[in-house]
Amino acid sequence: MSKPEFVYVTYIETTAEKLWTALTDGDFTARYWFGVRLRSDWKVGSIFEMVQGDGKVSDAGKVVEYDPPRRLAYTFVNLSEEYRDDLPALATFELEPHGNLVKLTLTHAGFAEGGKMLPAISQGWPAILSSLKSMLETGQPLEIPRAALKLEG
Amino acid sequence: MDEVFKALADASRRSLLDRLHARNGQTLNDLCDGLAMTRQAVTKHLAILEQADLVTTIRQGREKLHYLNPVPIHQIGERWIKKFERGKLAALSELKRQLEKRDE
Repeated sequence: MSKPEFVYVTYIETTAEKLWTALTDGDFTARYWFGVRLRSDWKVGSIFEMVQGDGKVSDAGKVVEYDPPRRLAYTFVNLSEEYRDDLPALATFELEPHGNLVKLTLTHAGFAEGGKMLPAISQGWPAILSSLKSMLETGQPLEIPRAALKLEG
Repeated sequence: MDEVFKALADASRRSLLDRLHARNGQTLNDLCDGLAMTRQAVTKHLAILEQADLVTTIRQGREKLHYLNPVPIHQIGERWIKKFERGKLAALSELKRQLEKRDE
């Protein structure tokens, strides 16, 4: 396997079960992920979709691993014309409890050479993970306008 | 958060982060290449950066790869930058980037 392009780590004061729900429940993801609702039946091999606030599916891929509350992996790629040269890349989430904290490691691998997903993703994940941490620890997600990240709405 | 500031308060460590920002997932050998620092010094600086969570490592086969982890830096920004200022600041840094690019 090729080496991942990104490895992100954050420690969140929560339980692995709560973090798992926040990563997989669309009602939760909508609160910290710029309004994006993740949609899947979470069976390995099933379709995985990111549904925007207006109901449009922006990104899609497949569920690769679903092992609650330890390991979650899915592929996705943006479906718009702008990303036609991209391939579905693999995002893997690992949850490790350490006392009252959970270490969340996110690796993202398998981007198409010269594609547009890689730069877009590098702007997105740190903000999403910070907002997730803030939501689980304080009950309030961070409100980061999309424009600040230059992601398309 | 103290550890993040301590880790960033050193030019050698910032230059290691710059190198990872330019190319993520490097081995110790890659990182030492072309640096005017001993291998021991690089190892020591990387340990401090890892402690502060600014660098994270994974094993791939026999290699240990180092990655820049920007999440703690993002959290520092979020702590003092109000949500309404963010858009403006992003626009300003984009303007600065564009202007500086033109000078190159």
